[in-house]
Amino acid sequence: MSIGLLIFVFILAIFLGVELITKVPSQLHTPLMSGTNAISGITIVGALTAAGTGADTVASIVGTIALILATINVVGGYLVTNRMLAMFKRKDEEQK
Amino acid sequence: MTDTLAILIDLGYIVASILFIIGIKMLGRPERARRGNMISALGMLLAVVSALFECCLSFSLVISGMVVGAFIGVIAARTVKMTSMPQMVAILNGFGGLASLLVGWENYHSSPESNLFITIAVLLAVLIGGVAFSGSVIAYGKLSGRLSTKPIFFYSQQIVNGTIIVAIFLCGAILAYDPAASFSYVIFIVIIGLALVLGVLGVIPVGGADMPVVIALLNSYSGLAASAAGFIILNNVLIVAGALVGASGLILTGIMCKAMNRSLANVLFGGLQAAVSKEGAGEVQGEPHPITPEDAYYVLEAARSVVFVPGYGMAVAQAQHAVRELGDILEGNGAEVLYAIHPVAGRMPGHMNVLLAEANVLYEQLAEMDHVNPRMESIDVCVVIGANDVVNPAARETASSPIYGMPVINADKAKTVIVLKRTMAAGFAGVDNPLFIKENARMLFGDAKASLQKLIGEFKES
Repeated sequence: MSIGLLIFVFILAIFLGVELITKVPSQLHTPLMSGTNAISGITIVGALTAAGTGADTVASIVGTIALILATINVVGGYLVTNRMLAMFKRKDEEQK
Repeated sequence: MTDTLAILIDLGYIVASILFIIGIKMLGRPERARRGNMISALGMLLAVVSALFECCLSFSLVISGMVVGAFIGVIAARTVKMTSMPQMVAILNGFGGLASLLVGWENYHSSPESNLFITIAVLLAVLIGGVAFSGSVIAYGKLSGRLSTKPIFFYSQQIVNGTIIVAIFLCGAILAYDPAASFSYVIFIVIIGLALVLGVLGVIPVGGADMPVVIALLNSYSGLAASAAGFIILNNVLIVAGALVGASGLILTGIMCKAMNRSLANVLFGGLQAAVSKEGAGEVQGEPHPITPEDAYYVLEAARSVVFVPGYGMAVAQAQHAVRELGDILEGNGAEVLYAIHPVAGRMPGHMNVLLAEANVLYEQLAEMDHVNPRMESIDVCVVIGANDVVNPAARETASSPIYGMPVINADKAKTVIVLKRTMAAGFAGVDNPLFIKENARMLFGDAKASLQKLIGEFKES
């Protein structure tokens, strides 16, 4: 994949991100933050490559630590966000 | 690898990116946020599965790494208290940043002789990831009370910061010139060290009340670090997901700054100026009017409309359940009850909303500042619980005040204000609050939770 294309994708994604987030009610700021934080754990894909294909022991150790940390970020982030969002109740749900 | 498999893997990454986009969009809508989070999690699962098909020579290491990480993640997410949520978000964010740093390190270690573009991507992942990690650790320390929440300054701090940034650029340039040379590895380690120091120095001058800005900003950094990692392994899903997080973090940072009427630079470097200029601010003249729980009960009992304004003090006293209980009693008594929430109340964006939601306050009762302020004059009683700067009328009235111009909840315009507060001490900004001595303000001194429970007791006795 050409470098130019990757940068192109990056810039479009930034604009998309700005458009997606602009109107978020403040009630959702914390879940939005922890939810996007979980998404930033996507670096787990890089960590998988790093842990699985390391050239030597040092590389494997560094890669595996990266993988553990990224997994904590992903799993913890999604679960904590879900826990928070489950608490937000509206009137119609309360009556159920 | 067969062509078909390669196409399927790419397809998996593309669908994962789409799920992230849809998930983030739904996270912004209250009624669909929870499903949005699940959709985004599904995207993550798909990305991981796709990666497993192309990544690994040794599965034993990969699987055990993921099992350990998932185990820790589940335990942490299950056991964390809602009041500890700010530090939880901070530390998870730090882990993400450190992971991106290590991905960069592993790549450099395994194949130092990449092209210039990859080397730059490695350096960016290490730099941004390092700042996100050490900054988040300091933020975690401040939020969990392990470190002082006071801003820390030392002489010529900004010159030191500037020097470190210049040094990082110089080291980066030397390394990029000949990445495979033996001294380059040393320089690489030096860059990691400098990035970590920069993150620490960047966050220590930020005080507790400015934490919402910093958390949002660090969130953005960890996204950008993931994006940089994507440029290293030439993977679009990392680039897209990281950029989305980077953009959303920046937007949130902007919202927080606007809510304090300060620039980002002022929040990050400006604590000192605020602390100094307070000396010049006009002293507030007058005496506060204390009130007993019994008298406060009579005021509240007669009120037809009540607005609660929570602040960080509510979180400290863990008073959210007591607030809700009192709110329910007042509603049962025929009053209209609202909870007015300032965007930067507490220690992270939306902090108060999370705590009140934990206490089962209905979404419809949580009101934003702009919706409450126009009606404040018709409100019978405004109850301020552990909030200070966000209800300070000096932000409107006193041009010399350090927080002048910050949008505040106009609690002082309600017919009666009851302020639950431990002492007369100034708020985080060190600014005197003329609200406390206004004619219509009554101070109910003591621990917020204890005071609320006394009020609830008065209602139950009658």
